[in-house]
Amino acid sequence: MNSAELDPDDSNTGPPGTVPALARGVQRRRILRMAGSALFAVPPLAFGARAWLSRAPASPLEAMARMSSAQAANGRLRRWSMVIDLRSCDGCQRVGKPPQCTAACIEGHFAPQPMEWIQVYEQELPGNGTRFVPATCQQCQNPPCTNVCPVGATFSTPEGPVLIDQERCIGCRICMAACPYDRRFFNWATPPQPVEALGMKYEVEHQAPAIRGTVMKCDFCPDMARAGTLPYCAQGCPNNAIYYGDLEEDVATNGKAVIQISRFLSQNSAFRLNEEYGTEPRVYYIPGAGEAVGRDSSKRGRLATVWPWKKVASGSRTWSR
Amino acid sequence: MVAMRQPARSTAHLPLEVPAEWREGLESNVLAPLARTSWRYFAWIGFLAVVIAWAVVMYVHQLQTGLVVTGMRDRISWGLYIISFVFFIGISHAGTLLSAILRVVKARWQLPVTRMAEFITVVALMVGGLFPLIDLGRPDRILNMIWYGRWQSPLVWDFLAITTYLTGSAIYLYLPLIPDFALCRDRLGPTAPAWKRGFFNLAAAGWTGSAVQRRALDRAMTIMMIVIIPVAVSVHTVVSWIFAMTLREPFNSTVFGAYFVAGAIFSGVAAIIILMAVLRRVLHLEEYITINQFKALGFFLLAMSLVMVYFNASEYIVTGYKMEAGAPFHFHDLLVGYLGPYFWFYLVGGLVVPALIITFPRTRTIKGIVFAAVLVLIAMWIERYLIVVGGFRVPLMPYTARHYGPSLTEWSMLAGAFALFALIISVFAKIFPMVSVWEVVEHRGPEPGEEVLEFPSFGSTDAQAPEVAS
Repeated sequence: MNSAELDPDDSNTGPPGTVPALARGVQRRRILRMAGSALFAVPPLAFGARAWLSRAPASPLEAMARMSSAQAANGRLRRWSMVIDLRSCDGCQRVGKPPQCTAACIEGHFAPQPMEWIQVYEQELPGNGTRFVPATCQQCQNPPCTNVCPVGATFSTPEGPVLIDQERCIGCRICMAACPYDRRFFNWATPPQPVEALGMKYEVEHQAPAIRGTVMKCDFCPDMARAGTLPYCAQGCPNNAIYYGDLEEDVATNGKAVIQISRFLSQNSAFRLNEEYGTEPRVYYIPGAGEAVGRDSSKRGRLATVWPWKKVASGSRTWSR
Repeated sequence: MVAMRQPARSTAHLPLEVPAEWREGLESNVLAPLARTSWRYFAWIGFLAVVIAWAVVMYVHQLQTGLVVTGMRDRISWGLYIISFVFFIGISHAGTLLSAILRVVKARWQLPVTRMAEFITVVALMVGGLFPLIDLGRPDRILNMIWYGRWQSPLVWDFLAITTYLTGSAIYLYLPLIPDFALCRDRLGPTAPAWKRGFFNLAAAGWTGSAVQRRALDRAMTIMMIVIIPVAVSVHTVVSWIFAMTLREPFNSTVFGAYFVAGAIFSGVAAIIILMAVLRRVLHLEEYITINQFKALGFFLLAMSLVMVYFNASEYIVTGYKMEAGAPFHFHDLLVGYLGPYFWFYLVGGLVVPALIITFPRTRTIKGIVFAAVLVLIAMWIERYLIVVGGFRVPLMPYTARHYGPSLTEWSMLAGAFALFALIISVFAKIFPMVSVWEVVEHRGPEPGEEVLEFPSFGSTDAQAPEVAS
């Protein structure tokens, strides 16, 4: 190898053997050596800076949701939960209408077509019968969806409900991939919703107006519970199959009867959907196929949900599930 | 312009053992595309620009209308965009593997193609990284990833892994380029435009080829080639985790990380074979890139196809044996159902046929190996399709499985991505020497027809030499 120190390149470095040429060589060597390791640190540093800058509560909405008192009389935090008595659910076959829980939810929340935040699935039973399973967001206490959200737009609240801040959501839909219950919905276009929803002030607990390119789902109506009202779905159920209440006080109601949740669950062999996932849902089911309201489990089918809006936001369009 | 015939000012950066005329031939051959540009080149660039412009128009339409213009819906909520994201990130593994691992073990046969390999890495990362952005419902809020980013999210891991990998591989691409930039700088004729002179001056970073500089460069390259290997492996592992971290049956797999890494290397090697063949033909590099490189990479491809067979066995036999809830649906889909044709094409056309093509000496020609690589590349895109669409199709609740077909918008975006990939490579081929001149000179003797590697022979026909033509 020929030594270029003795015969340095004639282009830029000045006369051979001068101090600047050597100094530059040393400096360059250091730069080259450091370049590798130093630049790997750039992305983590950016994130570190971000973490330092945003020590404050992540957003006013999230802070509000965090601080919302909603405490039981004894000062403890409420733990909202739902019990759905499948013995009383006939998919609204008796009343001859589409499921009224879904209808009430849609009207109350202005849920854009085709979203059914509470959706009544018809599930095959052993034998030839079926049962109807109204499924809200299961409000998991170990929610896979909030874990994966890159921006903290969906989060667990201390009272239990899992909420989505549509003003922060970036629409990556990884929460929809993570949700094992198919309970998340995306605004694929400008969502079809009634014009009155457009005038509303957006609240994270009442997701109206809906925003294109963001994810929505059942919010468990904690705002209504605090106001002393049942969620829309529980109000809408003609068979009073949906109980809503507070695990902390161990009490729930369907609007007609009041139950002690713990006793009701254990006496009626309650279950939760896909317990094996370890998601710890806050929605409990009492097994049944509508027998309490006189349904023959071999009678299949329910009417399709309709969205009652006469007039929807201009420029909106619907899509299929 | 680069003045070819002046053995210009500095030769200090080159060792003197190599006959001057061979070295000059190499230099002028490699630097020729930087100097001359034909109308065909502009026509090609124009064509690519039209495809990209079309994709941009379609993207603007998607921005205005929403993601409803795609085939994705709530139940198959990821589609072609995420498939292509995984695909391009996979391709990016070729460069690192070929270049870094072989450099670490001081192999030499690959030196004429390391530059291309490293370019594939950087360009594939740049193009692949666009897909998650295209896929976003609210790209206007992308900065939320910085303001509100959460370490717990696999998407943030992806973001960090890919930016780190891009940074690292850009450095790794740049380091061996420095002496070649110096070569370009020194070969600039008096008529060269000022911007070109300025660019090469800057890019060469004052390289004189002094012993001090050489040691520093050697040191930096050694650090980078070792660091970049675990980074590359981890990147595709993390990519697989956006799926494997969910509770969906076909994604719920512990081999997913390794499975994705193997698939990435497999498709990456195929990509490099194809690019090598194209650039060899277009840039007239037949003298330096010979059947040797194709054979070596072909055997690599063969080995990787066996590794892929192993991973498919691990993945599908383990889940298929137990047939947990969801698995029967998935296997029906793959074997005889909705995705059946694609799955069988992937297995036969992507794993078996390429392996056979490379195994038999009769088909182990440049054309044969390139054909095998094309098959592998198509099959690996389809494999990602099977993973994403097949995974999302398994119903989570009692509903009928949904179908997914990419829309015109999505296909346009894929076409645009390939065009962008080709465009960046084409432009780079005009600015950067596509063969690492100094390394080839340093490590390779000039003897014509020298066999760099000995290959096992599967038959007597292997002996015939001049397959180089084509």
